[in-house]
Amino acid sequence: MSQPTLPHTQAEIGRPRRRIVGVQKVTGQATYAAEYTPDDLLYGYVVNATITRGTITGIDERAAREIEGVVEIIHHLRRPKLGYFDMQYSDIDAPPGSPFRPFYDAEIQFAEQPIALVVAETFEAARYAASLVEVTYDKAPFDVDLHKNLDTARKPKKGIDSILKPMPPDDYGDFDGAYAAASATYEGEVYHRSQHHNPLEMHATITVYEADGKLTIYDKTQGTTNSQIYISGVFGMKMSDVRVIAPFVGGGFGSGLRPQYQLVMSVMAALHLQRNVCVQLDREQMYTFGHRPETLQRLRFGASADGKLTAVSHEAFAETSRFEDYHEAVVNHAGMLYPVENVHLEYKLVPLDRYSPLDMRAPGGLTGVLAVETVMDQLADQLGMDPLAFRLKNYTTTDVSSGKPYSSKELRACYEQAAERFGWDQRKPTGKHPQRGNRLVGHGMASGIWDAIMLPAKATARLTTEGKLLIQCALNDCGQGAYTVMSQIAADELGLPFEDVTFEYADSKLDASPVQGGSFTTGVVGSAVKAACFALKDKIFHLAQILDGFPLGDALLPDVTFTGGEIVLNADPSVRIPFTDIIAFNKGKALEVSKTNVPNPFKIKKYARNSHAASFVEVEVDAQLGVVYVTRAVTAVAAGRIMNPQTARSQILGGMVWGIGMALREETLLDRQLGKFMNTNLAEYHIPVHADIGELDVIFVEEKDEIINDLGVKGLGEVGTISMAPAIANAIFNATGKVMTQFPVKLGDL
Amino acid sequence: MSSPQEIKLTVNGKAERLSVRPWVSLLDTLRHHLHLNGTKKGCDHGQCGACTVICDGERILSCLTLGVMKDGSEITTIEGLGQPGNLHPLQEAFLEHDAYQCGYCTPGQICSGVALMKEGHANTREEVKELMSGNLCRCGANTNIIDAIMAVKDGAHE
Repeated sequence: MSQPTLPHTQAEIGRPRRRIVGVQKVTGQATYAAEYTPDDLLYGYVVNATITRGTITGIDERAAREIEGVVEIIHHLRRPKLGYFDMQYSDIDAPPGSPFRPFYDAEIQFAEQPIALVVAETFEAARYAASLVEVTYDKAPFDVDLHKNLDTARKPKKGIDSILKPMPPDDYGDFDGAYAAASATYEGEVYHRSQHHNPLEMHATITVYEADGKLTIYDKTQGTTNSQIYISGVFGMKMSDVRVIAPFVGGGFGSGLRPQYQLVMSVMAALHLQRNVCVQLDREQMYTFGHRPETLQRLRFGASADGKLTAVSHEAFAETSRFEDYHEAVVNHAGMLYPVENVHLEYKLVPLDRYSPLDMRAPGGLTGVLAVETVMDQLADQLGMDPLAFRLKNYTTTDVSSGKPYSSKELRACYEQAAERFGWDQRKPTGKHPQRGNRLVGHGMASGIWDAIMLPAKATARLTTEGKLLIQCALNDCGQGAYTVMSQIAADELGLPFEDVTFEYADSKLDASPVQGGSFTTGVVGSAVKAACFALKDKIFHLAQILDGFPLGDALLPDVTFTGGEIVLNADPSVRIPFTDIIAFNKGKALEVSKTNVPNPFKIKKYARNSHAASFVEVEVDAQLGVVYVTRAVTAVAAGRIMNPQTARSQILGGMVWGIGMALREETLLDRQLGKFMNTNLAEYHIPVHADIGELDVIFVEEKDEIINDLGVKGLGEVGTISMAPAIANAIFNATGKVMTQFPVKLGDL
Repeated sequence: MSSPQEIKLTVNGKAERLSVRPWVSLLDTLRHHLHLNGTKKGCDHGQCGACTVICDGERILSCLTLGVMKDGSEITTIEGLGQPGNLHPLQEAFLEHDAYQCGYCTPGQICSGVALMKEGHANTREEVKELMSGNLCRCGANTNIIDAIMAVKDGAHE
C-alpha cells in the first residue's frame, strides 16, 4: 500500500471568491444603519442654519410643536450635557484643531450648520415640523473665497494625522538654478473645486436606549471603534456603555472616516428622551459636512534636452475651516515618482468660513498626481518625446525625496503590460487629430502612486467546539470586500476550508479596529487576523504535543502541516490529528487567542512603501460640442499580493470610474456671496452614470514585497483612481492639443 | 395634515391592507410600514434610482410616488424577485459578475434591470447602458452591472 499523501487544501489567498455577504446584498436582506427596527422608534430631522456666520438669537418652536406627533425639539438650549474639552470631540481621523461641536452653543461657524433636531413619532411629521422652526440670527461677515485669500495661506499645524499624511520634505538641490538651465520648461496652474463623497446611502444613525441606560448604536461609519470613542468622549460615557454596530455601509469613500453629526444628534435625542431615535440626513444635508478641499496648484517643471526631469516646483493652496487644519499630502509625489534632484515644495492652507474638509477617496494623491502627470505630458510634448518613453527615461527604484529604496516597485511592468494591452503603439502624436466621424480621438497615459500604510491592529481567533474557526474584529466594510478577504486569510493560516471559517465583525465590542480607509485595511487588519490565527495554531499544536500516546513524538511546529481541519505529520502523513480531537482533549472547550499585530518599524522604515499604477485611456471628443467620451481604458496595478482577484478587480474598476468623475464630472459649486454650496443634489452634482463608462480593463502585475507585512499586501482602494484622472486629461490633450488645467473639464474648455 | 387612509397593495404577491397618511411616499410605505427595507432611499428626490420597484409591471421610483396613489397596485420589490436559495437569474448574475460593492444601489439596479429586459427597448450594450443610467452606482461597479444584465439578456442565466 502506498503512503497516504498530504491532503490538498486549496489556497484561499489569490483565489477569486464571491463576497460572503453577496446573497444578502442582492436579495435586500443586508441591513444598513437606518433599517433596524427597535420598538417605538422615533425619527429626528435636522434643522440647518440659513446664515453662514453669526449667532442664534432666538428659536421659535411654537408652529413646529403644533404638528401632531412632534415629541421634542433639541438644540443648544435644550440638550444633554456635552463635553467641555476639545479632546472629548476628537476621533481617530481628526485633524489638528478644535472639532465642531454640534448644538454646543449659539455660534454659527459655517453655512448649513446643524442647529436643531425635531424628534417626532414619524419621519414625515419630523420633516414637516423641522421646516416650521423659526430661527433668528445676528449675522456676522464671512469669507469663503479661496482665490481672494491666498495671501492668508499658511503652513498647516502638525498633528497625529501627519503620520499618515506626511508634510512635504524640505526643499533639496537648487530648483532656481536647475529650472533656469532646463531645455524644456512648463509653468502652469491646476485647479479643482470642492467635491463631495455622495455615498448612495445617506448618513444615518439609530440609537437604542437600553433598559440599563447603555446605548446600542447602529451607525453609518467607516469605524465602529471610532464612533464608540467619539460618543464616549462627547457624552462622558464609559466605553463599555457604548456599543456601535455597522455591518453594512452603503458606501463611504471617506465620508464615514469621522463621526458625522447625525450620530451625535441621534445619541443626544436618545439620552434626552430615554427613547430609541433614528436620525437620517437628507441628500442636501450630505453636502453640509466634509468634502475634498478646493485646491489651487502652481507647478514649474524643467527637463534637460535628453529628457531627464531636472527641476520640480510644486505649490498647493487648499481650503480649510477656521477651526481645524485639515491637510493632505498633495505636493509630495513628483519627487517620489521621478528621480529629480532639484525640488521646491510648498503646501499651504487658507482658513475660510466653511466646514472642515475630509478625506475623500485618494485624498491628496488624486489632487497632486493629477497636476504632476498632466505637466509631465506637457514637458514630453515640448521635448518631442512619447509620454511613456519620457516616464521610462525618468524611472527610479529609489524614492529620491526620502533617499530610500522602494520595498518593491513594479511600475515598469505596469507600464509595459498596460501599454501592450491598450495598443499604445497606435497612438498618434498630439496635433495630428485623428477623427472618428465628428469625434477627435486621443490616447493618454499616466502613473499613480499611493502610500502603503501600516498600523497596529488586533484580532481574535477561536477554534470552536466543532473544530471550526471563528475570527473577530470590530472592522467594518463599506463594500471593498474585507469580510471575504479576512476569511480567506484565516482559512489559509489554519488550513481550513473557506466554509469552515466564520468572521464576526463590525461591532465595537470586538477587538478595536482602525477605520477602514487609506487602502490599508487588508494589510493592517489582515496582518492581525493572520497573527491571531498563527497564535491559535501554536496553541492547538501545544495541546497536540501532549495528547495521550504522544502521536506527534518530538515533532515541532515546522514538522507538521495544518490542513483540512487536521494536523498532519510531515514525516508520516498517516499521523493525523483532527482539530475535534484537540477540542475533546481540552475537555470540550473552545480555544481562543487574541493578538495585536504591531508593524516592525526597524524593518519597514528603511524603505519607501508604495503601491503603483499606470492607466492608459482613449477618449473621443466631439469636435463641435466638446463632449468627452472615455471609450476605453486599461489600468495596471502593482500593489503586492492580490488576495481575491474578483473583489480586487472591482476595487480598481471603481477607482477608474472615480477617475472619470474627477476628470470630467464632479464639482460642488460655491456661491461666494451666500457662502454656501449650490448644486447639493445628485441631479446637479454629477457622478458618472452607466452611459459615461466605456470599456474598462484591469491588470494586476506580479509584485512580491517581503518588507511591508507578512502578507505582502499593499492595498488597492486609492491607487487606481489616481492614475486614471490625469490619463484622461492627457488623452484630451492628445486629441485636441488643448491643455487641461481646470477640473472637471467642461465643454467650454474644448 | 389629513388623516390616515386605508389602502390595499399587493406586495410580492401578498395582499396588504394599510393605513397610511397621504404624505407618506410609496418608498416609506414599504420601508416604515411593511419593513421591506430592501428598497433603498438614496436621495428621496428621484435622482439616484436606489428606490426602484416594479409597479404593475413597470419600473418606478418609489420615492416620487405616494403610497395612497398606488391603492390597488401590484408591487414587486427586491424581496419578491428572489430569496436566498431561490434567486432570480439577475440576482445570480450580480453575484457572478461582482456587480456591486457596498450593495446599496443593488436592489434598485436589479429591479430596474429586470423591468428593462421586459420592456424590450434595449437590445445592444449601449442601449442597456443608456436605459440603466437612472440608477446611479457610486462604488463604480458600472461595467460589472451592465455585464450581469447582458449575461441574463443573452440567456447565460436562464
